[in-house]
Amino acid sequence: MPEAATTFDVREVSETARAIDITGDVTAQSEEVLMDAYGRANAEGVAAIVLNFSGLDYMNSGGIGLLVTVLVRAQRQHQRVLAYGLSEHYRQIFELTRLDDAVGIHDSEDEALAAARAS
Amino acid sequence: MSAMNDGTTEAATPEEKAAARDATSWAKSVSRLNVSEVPEGAVNLNVEGRRLASPIQGFGKMWQKTYQARIPAERVSPTELIATWKQRFPEFWPEGNRFYGPLTGIAPGDVALITATLPGKMKLSTGVMVLFADEESFTLMTPEGHMFAGWITFSATSVGSETVVQAQVLMRASDPIFELGLALGGHRQEDRFWNETLTSVAAHFGQEATVDTQVVCVDKKRQWSKWRNVWQSSAIRSTLYTLGAPGRAVRRVFS
Repeated sequence: MPEAATTFDVREVSETARAIDITGDVTAQSEEVLMDAYGRANAEGVAAIVLNFSGLDYMNSGGIGLLVTVLVRAQRQHQRVLAYGLSEHYRQIFELTRLDDAVGIHDSEDEALAAARAS
Repeated sequence: MSAMNDGTTEAATPEEKAAARDATSWAKSVSRLNVSEVPEGAVNLNVEGRRLASPIQGFGKMWQKTYQARIPAERVSPTELIATWKQRFPEFWPEGNRFYGPLTGIAPGDVALITATLPGKMKLSTGVMVLFADEESFTLMTPEGHMFAGWITFSATSVGSETVVQAQVLMRASDPIFELGLALGGHRQEDRFWNETLTSVAAHFGQEATVDTQVVCVDKKRQWSKWRNVWQSSAIRSTLYTLGAPGRAVRRVFS
């Protein structure tokens, strides 16, 4: 199956938080670009990584596995991982795989940032 | 696909196609597992009513293990291989281990019971749920109490003139007992298990394959807050069940 163009753009959303805007498909083939994005987001003083799934087209189980790896890397740096922009379907996938135990899921970037500040 | 006013349908948009692909590939959301039927010989001791467990809920170090075998592309394409693997999944398992899946093959949401043989010939009853399945891959996720918390993804891809078949495990030992077991030969046994499985898959397509194994420790830290998972250990419950067999037999005689 041909891979859709997948991009992971990093934005500084506050002094202590970085957002990763995910566009396209997230599969096992996305490993290099996702880890590179996390590397760029993981600046000194960053306490929260906010994953923006608004542009997500498709994610398979390989993609979920990558998110677990990002989560582990973030936890090593004592960072929180938050998410927003998930469709109802992917919210259910997060619940099914119990990723929502460790990734805070929010409706908007503002809500995610507020949760990051509150922690 | 979008319905038009005149009753015809227009071609699906990319978003609709992606949504359709998703709807058929992922299991429906469940809070606890339900086993609809227990095949003869299987024991539904550690699956019914259990929640699924990802590596986040596990106890031990986190590992990613990748096993790969190569088959000439002219023998089988990735989609043909995965279709066959899903259809005949239990046949490729090493001797002494049973996978009681639906006769129709692997499909998202299916719950299968497993009887595994551990070191010391101990029998362990557990299970898995099919989390995801499409034409090129499928993923089994473990319930609480299984040896490990996580999932295994089976996939096949075209690389040059070969079809590369892969099993990739992302896991943590569920509890301190299983963590100790992995250190005392469990890892070796698991590597042997998937090596034998991939060898059988390749042999089915007429290829005598060598299996490459790559092991990465994703997280060296143990999650000590999860030590209580031991209360759900399938090893402990399976052992107690085995020890109770004579008592159950006597009760059957007098009932």
